Amino acid sequence: MLQIECPWCGPRDQDEFQCGGEAHIVRPAAPEALSDAEWADYLFNRANTKGAHAEQWCHSGGCRRWFNVVRDTVSYKILSVYHVGDSPPQENP
Amino acid sequence: MKKNRYSIFSLARNAVSYHRDWRAAWRSPDPAASYDVIVVGGGGHGLATAYYLAAEHKVGRIAVLEKGWIGGGNTGRNTTIVRSNYLWDESAHLYEKSLQLWEGLSQELNFNVMFSQRGVMNLGHSLQDMRDIYRRSNANRLNGIDSEILNPAQIKAMVPAMNVSANARYPVLGASFQARGGVARHDAVAWGFARAADEHGVDIIQNCEVTGICKENGVVTGVETNRGMIQASKVAVVAAGHSSVLGDMAGLRMPIESHPLQALVSEPLKPVLDTVVMSNAVHGYVSQSDKGELVIGAGIDAYIGYGQRGSFSIIEGNVAAIVELFPIFSRVRMLRQWGGIVDVCPDACPIISKTSLKGLYFNCGWGTGGFKATPGSGWVFAHTVAHDEPHALNAAFNMERFTTGALIDEHGAAGVAH
Ligand SMILES: Cc1cc2nc3c(=O)[nH]c(=O)nc-3n(C[C@H](O)[C@H](O)[C@H](O)COP(=O)(O)OP(=O)(O)OC[C@H]3O[C@@H](n4cnc5c(N)ncnc54)[C@H](O)[C@@H]3O)c2cc1C
Ligand SMILES: [Zn+2]
Repeated sequence: MLQIECPWCGPRDQDEFQCGGEAHIVRPAAPEALSDAEWADYLFNRANTKGAHAEQWCHSGGCRRWFNVVRDTVSYKILSVYHVGDSPPQENP
Repeated sequence: MKKNRYSIFSLARNAVSYHRDWRAAWRSPDPAASYDVIVVGGGGHGLATAYYLAAEHKVGRIAVLEKGWIGGGNTGRNTTIVRSNYLWDESAHLYEKSLQLWEGLSQELNFNVMFSQRGVMNLGHSLQDMRDIYRRSNANRLNGIDSEILNPAQIKAMVPAMNVSANARYPVLGASFQARGGVARHDAVAWGFARAADEHGVDIIQNCEVTGICKENGVVTGVETNRGMIQASKVAVVAAGHSSVLGDMAGLRMPIESHPLQALVSEPLKPVLDTVVMSNAVHGYVSQSDKGELVIGAGIDAYIGYGQRGSFSIIEGNVAAIVELFPIFSRVRMLRQWGGIVDVCPDACPIISKTSLKGLYFNCGWGTGGFKATPGSGWVFAHTVAHDEPHALNAAFNMERFTTGALIDEHGAAGVAH
């Protein structure tokens, strides 16, 4: 069971949250200029990292705000929590 | 042909020597310097691939490299439901081929895989569920796949322990039933394919982790492992939850996410359930093993997880659904609970495909439901690797479909169910 630190509400039980998948996937600025392969990469391909993974979580059972988390996908340990739009903190192993 | 055939006679013969002289079911050779084909991953799919490569395509030197022990991945962790009642033609044909192979598998492998065609019931709890069930069932029949629709009274007659009352939180309105579906013994499938592959000269090498994929000018030349470099002109990756990790080694980005999927078993009980019951809506499925344990499957965690364990809340919701369906199970004690790492594709369908690297093949994306496909997956993948061309049955399951948009959306039949 995870304990997740909501940036606004503090530490809460995982059950209050929903995981929104990989973070930092940016919608293409000029979609009409994309090739099929670039579309496929944007829509379907994922890092699926074994190790430190940047992902989005929503405090859906609380303040309902989104934020980013770096989590180790093997130990499940949360390494850092940061705001949407920020880059992942550098001190992560 | 088979030097070490299992039969009533060999059992009697070995009884005389107090069963001390049985030969090992497969050798444990050191890796050779090179092979014609290296299969990465010793799960059921990898072992089946190696078996069909050797037995049907007469490929000479084959090795299966497994980082742990064979069958220790999802093959040995799943709830063993086998069925072929998928909605779309492409998947229906693939899973039906597999089901037909299951029907003769114990004979073919000379190994009892305990395939038990006790039927699989998919419950509907709402009008929309029932419409989807009718649609899928009709599609199945058009594809020559057996399927019946049951009403609540018929369900009650088959599964007296189920609560089909109209007052249930999610009342059971009906079900589809595939009588040829059922369960099999997961370990036996891995062991049976391993033993049969070994008999055809396949080297099964355990504790051998692939750490790199070697290539030159866009052509695969072998793999890097913890036991040194091994050359091969063809490398066939069947690594389930670790497919993206292997993809990274080859420089391929994959449309896959690896999620934890959990299951649990109860203490053994007297016979109470002689078919398989699945419900997508309340998200639970249950069968009773030959030992008497209730085998219960849960859903995936939404997060990525390589830890072979998931969240407790998933188990809690799952057990709540099972108890709602089967009130008499409420005081059954659970013995074990575990997780696997399932490789989920955006369209809930597998990738059985060549890649942009010559000589590199991927078989992955089976997600929560690939056990049933073990023989069929190995059969079409062996064809693909041997001929460097897919079989008609897996041509649609190529990697390019994510670029062309020709997805095969099986979420209704596969996304939740197994
Ligand atoms: C809890 C649970 C319940 C399920 N229930 C069902 C069900 O009822 N019906 C159904 O049809 N399906 C079910 N499934 C899905 C099914 O188990 C899988 O789709 C199927 O077993 C996959 O087989 P596989 O041989 O591809 O994978 P695996 O058995 O996972 O084999 C992959 C192997 O690759 C090895 N490997 C990984 N990386 C490397 C490397 N670098 N080098 C060497 N080896 C490597 C792994 O150690 C592993 O042994 C379930 C899965 C789970 C987890
Ligand atoms: Zn909050």
